[in-house]
Parts: sequence; structure tokens; C-alpha cells
Amino acid sequence: MLQVRNLVARYGDFQALFGVDFDLKQGSIVALIGANGAGKSTFLKSIAGQMPSKSGEIRFNSEEISTLPPDRIVREGISLVPEGRRLFRSLSVEENLKVGGFAGRKGRWTLGAVYDLFPQLKDKRHTPATALSGGQQQMVAIGRGLMANPDLLMCDEVSLGLSPVVIKDIYKVFPQLRAESLSLIVVEQDIDAALSIADYVYCFMHGKVTLRGAPEELTKEQISAAYFGLEAA
Amino acid sequence: MLEAADTIIQGLLLGGLYALFAIGLSITYGVMRLVNIAHGDLLVLAAYLALWPVTSLHMNPFVAILPVVVLMFCLGYTLQRVILNRTMGTNFLAPMLATFGISIILRNGLQQIYHSDSRSFDIGALGVDSIHLGPYIAIGEFPLIVFVVSVILTLATSLLFSHTRIGVALRATSDDAQTAGLMGIRANRTYAIALGLSLALVAVGGVFAGMRTTFTPESGPASLLYAFEAVVIGGMGSLWGTFAGAVILGMAQGVGAKVGAGFGILAGHLVFLAVLAFKPTGLFERSR
Repeated sequence: MLQVRNLVARYGDFQALFGVDFDLKQGSIVALIGANGAGKSTFLKSIAGQMPSKSGEIRFNSEEISTLPPDRIVREGISLVPEGRRLFRSLSVEENLKVGGFAGRKGRWTLGAVYDLFPQLKDKRHTPATALSGGQQQMVAIGRGLMANPDLLMCDEVSLGLSPVVIKDIYKVFPQLRAESLSLIVVEQDIDAALSIADYVYCFMHGKVTLRGAPEELTKEQISAAYFGLEAA
Repeated sequence: MLEAADTIIQGLLLGGLYALFAIGLSITYGVMRLVNIAHGDLLVLAAYLALWPVTSLHMNPFVAILPVVVLMFCLGYTLQRVILNRTMGTNFLAPMLATFGISIILRNGLQQIYHSDSRSFDIGALGVDSIHLGPYIAIGEFPLIVFVVSVILTLATSLLFSHTRIGVALRATSDDAQTAGLMGIRANRTYAIALGLSLALVAVGGVFAGMRTTFTPESGPASLLYAFEAVVIGGMGSLWGTFAGAVILGMAQGVGAKVGAGFGILAGHLVFLAVLAFKPTGLFERSR
């Protein structure tokens, strides 16, 4: 469903991605792991149309989307839950969710469906979104992403700054979403959390993919080598 | 005592007119951090746009407000799309300079077409009739109408921001345009609507100002100054704060004028400077 070929992206003079190839099958969860600055977030931003300076091919449902702006890409069915959640601070929880639906794609995700998925949000729906706890803010961000009724949901650094209990709470929804034939890309620094839910893993280092494979095929040594750039001892 | 009450009331009503000048400025600043230097000249332009239907078609000036509002909305939308969106970005100075250019073009253009004769709209007895509340207090009918319209429009604008889809999109874009883009909101379009709305509101203020006193192509900067002062007094980006700021400015001018002829405008400036000195974020800053 998503095919990326030879993706190169840069911030001014700084090159962040060096020819990344990537494939995703419909209804699967792909985890991107790697250290800070490895290019994971840049990769998601490139797909979402937020990197003005990039080259390469990005095909989604066999359509070339690499030149489309972000507001068109969300209409094509790709929704990004950005790093740091980026909730709208002057909007309530419910308004944040509503904005998520502004792209106008029809589907199963409505306010009610999001509240069913994250029941904690329902009582807080008129609270300013940024007054919630970190975990609840992340739920709002994911709910807002779902409101676009995407075919592919991309979540950047979901667990950053959250307690293990909350992370578990949030991670359990991903397999639920996959069961509804939604595809997911999840960027994660916590390798164990990533391996527990992913169907396929890409490891990034210095803007390149250093390892790819299904979690059960990969050994811990391979992963640490790809993650840290160390030769297995 | 009652005389003082009369002064306050006159100032309050004048504040209603200033609120019409200022709300639009507050919107463009709040949504896209645009300091529109041409705001006052666009206000004067609106008055001149009403001049033709009023003088040639003998349209009632109150009725003429409607087509002028529509025209000014379209002008705002187009200006933003065609010119100002190209200047938006990390540097707030670029759009500000562009509006400075627009201001110069407008002022000289109007000068070229209408010369510097002062104009005004004749609203007959309505301009002088007043409602008497006892021997000391008289409320002018026309200032009262202006005030009521101003309250209604401020309320309508704040409802638009809080309860409509476009209002939520405007606030989301103001918070974080990049993330709003991920939701399918095109900032370029949202900004254009914001400037359209801003000019539609200032159009009402411009025609009312032309009914209250006279205007020339050079009247813009003074109106801009009052609008700017009201926005700063009230707190940047807050609609009701701006309304309150306009009322405070109007009252300060009223009280000043009572103290001595010629002190009115100075008193307004002094209040403005006092706010800048002691509470530079404004009296009713939007809590964030």
C-alpha cells in the first residue's frame, strides 16, 4: 500500500535521509526504531508532506504523492500524529478531535467512536486539551489522527515522556486498530515496546535503514548493532 | 456628579465606534500575527466606497454599509491570497512592510481620485437627536446605534470563533499552522478569510465614522492609531479585551475633552502609554 524508493530529505544543508527504501502492506503495523537523530521523524514528515526539500518516490495505493502538500496527503488517507503531540492549545479536547476530521473523509471514526476507544477523554471533552495529563494528551492526538479516517496512521514518538503504565494503555489500542484493517507506522525509541506490537521493523541510523525484518526473525545482537552501530561482541 | 456620568456615557459610546475600528486589527493579529499598517486606510477606503451609492444612487448610508461590507471582505480575501500570503513566514516584518506599501498606495490613490476635500454622510436629524435622561444626561441616538451595532458584531465575531467550523479552523491555524495543515486546513485560505473578516468589520466602522464626522484620504493613520491603541490596551488577540480597550480609550478621550478642549486625544494616548508602561501585555490578555 505504501512504497518508498530512494527517499532523500534535507534541512537546508543538512541531509537527514540518504536513499531510504520502505514498504508497508495493508493492515500491518510497522515500527521504526533507532536513536535520536536517526531520521525516523524526518521519514514520517516526508511522507506527510512536511519536508519541502526531498526527492525520491513515495507511492500510496499506487499513486505518486511525493509532491503533494500536507493538506492533500491527509485527504489521500495518510494521517500523522506528530512528535510532541502538537495539540491546539486554545481548543478543547472535543474541538481538537473535530479539527482532526476537517479533511472530510468519511468512515467509522466519529467523536463517539474515539470516546469509545479512549473512555477517559469523554468526561474531559470540554477541558482545554493542554490541561490534560501527558497520556491523555497522547490519546487526544491519536484520536485526532483517527478522526481523519485514514487508511494509514503514522504515530511519532508515542511513548515519549509517558509512564510505563500509560504506555501500555496506549499500546493496546494499536492491535485493535490493525484488526479494523488500518495500517500503522509507529516510531519508537523503546525497542521492547516496538517489537511487542510490530509485524515488521525498520531500524534507522544516520539517515539510512540499517536493518529490516519481522521481529521474530531478528536477534538482539542484530538489533543493537543496527541501533547503535556497534559490531556484535 | 450627573455631569460626570454624562461624560462617561459619551466616552463609552465613542468606544463602541473605536471597537469597530479595532476588532478587525485584533483578528488579523490574533490569527496570523499580522500588524496591518494599512488598516486605517482600508477603513477610509470603505467610507469612499460607500460614497458613490450614497451620492449617485441616493442610497441611505446605513443601507450602503451592506454592499461595502461584502466588497471589503472580498478585497481582504484577495489581498491576503495575492500579496500578503507570499510574505508570511518566520519574519513578521515582511508582511508588515507589505501593508505599509498598501497603505501608501491607498492614500495616494484616494487622493488622486477624490482630492483632499473632506466628505461625510448626511444622516439628517438622526445625527443630532438624542434621548434625554434628566437635565444632565443626553444619549445621542446615532452614537447609541453605533454602540449597539458594535456590541452585536463583537458578539457575532466571538460566536463565530467559538462555535463554527471556520472559527475553530482559524483558532487551530493561529495555534499551530503547520499541524493544522496535517488536518487538511490550508493556512493560506484561513488567513485570507481572517483578513476578509477583518476588513468586513472595519468597513462598518469606516462608514459609521463618515456619518459621525468628516473624512479625507488622510484620515487613515488617526483611525489606525485609535484601533492600535484599543488592541494594545485590551490585550493582543482577545476580542472582548479589544472591545474593552476601545471603550476605555473612548472614555479617556471623553474625560480628557471635558478637562480642556484639545486634551481629549492626548488623554487617550496617556492611558495607552500607561498600559504599555505598567501592563504591556494589555489589561485583558487572553489566558493561555
